Amino acid sequence: MPEVQLRKKLTMVEEIFHEGGPAAQIPLRRAAALVVIHNPFSGKYVEQIEKFMDDLKPLGLEMAKSLVTALGGDPKIIEGYGKGAIVGSAGEIEHGALWHVPGGYAMREVLGGAKAIVASTKKVGAPGTRLDVPITHINASYVRSHFDAMEVGIADAPRADEILLALVMTTGPRVHARVGGLKASEIKGEDGLR
Amino acid sequence: MKARIRKLATFVEETCNEMGRIIDPPTRRAAAVAVIENPHAGKYVEDLSELIAIGEELGELLTQRAVEALGISGPSAESYGKAAAVGENGEIEHAAAILHPKLGTPVRRVLGKGAALIPSSKKRGGMGVVLDIPLGHKDAAFVRSHFDGMEVRINDAPRANEIMVAIAVTDSGRPLARVGGLTKDQIKGEDGLR
Repeated sequence: MPEVQLRKKLTMVEEIFHEGGPAAQIPLRRAAALVVIHNPFSGKYVEQIEKFMDDLKPLGLEMAKSLVTALGGDPKIIEGYGKGAIVGSAGEIEHGALWHVPGGYAMREVLGGAKAIVASTKKVGAPGTRLDVPITHINASYVRSHFDAMEVGIADAPRADEILLALVMTTGPRVHARVGGLKASEIKGEDGLR
Repeated sequence: MKARIRKLATFVEETCNEMGRIIDPPTRRAAAVAVIENPHAGKYVEDLSELIAIGEELGELLTQRAVEALGISGPSAESYGKAAAVGENGEIEHAAAILHPKLGTPVRRVLGKGAALIPSSKKRGGMGVVLDIPLGHKDAAFVRSHFDGMEVRINDAPRANEIMVAIAVTDSGRPLARVGGLTKDQIKGEDGLR
């Protein structure tokens, strides 16, 4: 299978102190790791693409580790996560789906066995396309305070024969979360949902 | 701190491959952005000294954050730039007050030197407006390999009563610079130009 050819990386970190209400005691931090890789399947229909998921695993791990580093280095403070992909115009949405396994595996590995499904989204788009990467709690999908999203994108990516891959991690709930629902303190942690 | 900061964001971009050529070491640049309340939103205020003082504070904070994000010492930075976007209830002069009178001195203190003018841009715009931060070599404005620009964007800023302030720092020029002109090893560093 083709090796992963990397053109560019972008790391974004946001530190949110307030959003018009009382300032948080500990600011919410959110980080996104983006990479731009060559799409080995662009420009033609290829039936067998599955093995590329294995090729993406080391890259996923590197991205997940870089997010923990960008958020201070301690995996224990990570509470939310999400992932996404933008496929360039000469590729198909199925190429974006290749990111599900390696992206999810990488974050679970680095966070020591997070239980919830990693929320995800993907699209085909031109350079500069923005992607709203969904975010949920790492151990229980129903934790309402942690539903969030982070907008990501790169002005010159993805080109037609490229894929932009994204992983996102956060350190806590929305800065003024107050719409009830399951709380992080109430997680049972059995099924990844509650 | 005079500035009332809602949010801080950093972006680090690394280019490893351009037009099929490996870039080794990769070119790297970082931008640090603050989203602050505009104390003069919605009215004409003659004396802009509060914003001038805010510019001085942010010059230090954002340059430190950008250098830290690159993981380099201040003096090893090669180029820099600054920009601001004023929300719809402010005026372009508010951006000028932050960027021009006092912001540069702390930038240069963090970077050790900085004989060259800090290239800048400013605009008024809505949330998600794109800032193209111009970049130039910090010790000699005529170094042609380092003329560049870095795009930054935050989807929820600036709100109408906010200002978004950005400083970009690099440890390198363009990835495949080859249009001649003054090179960085020819810098005399006397007048900030050559």
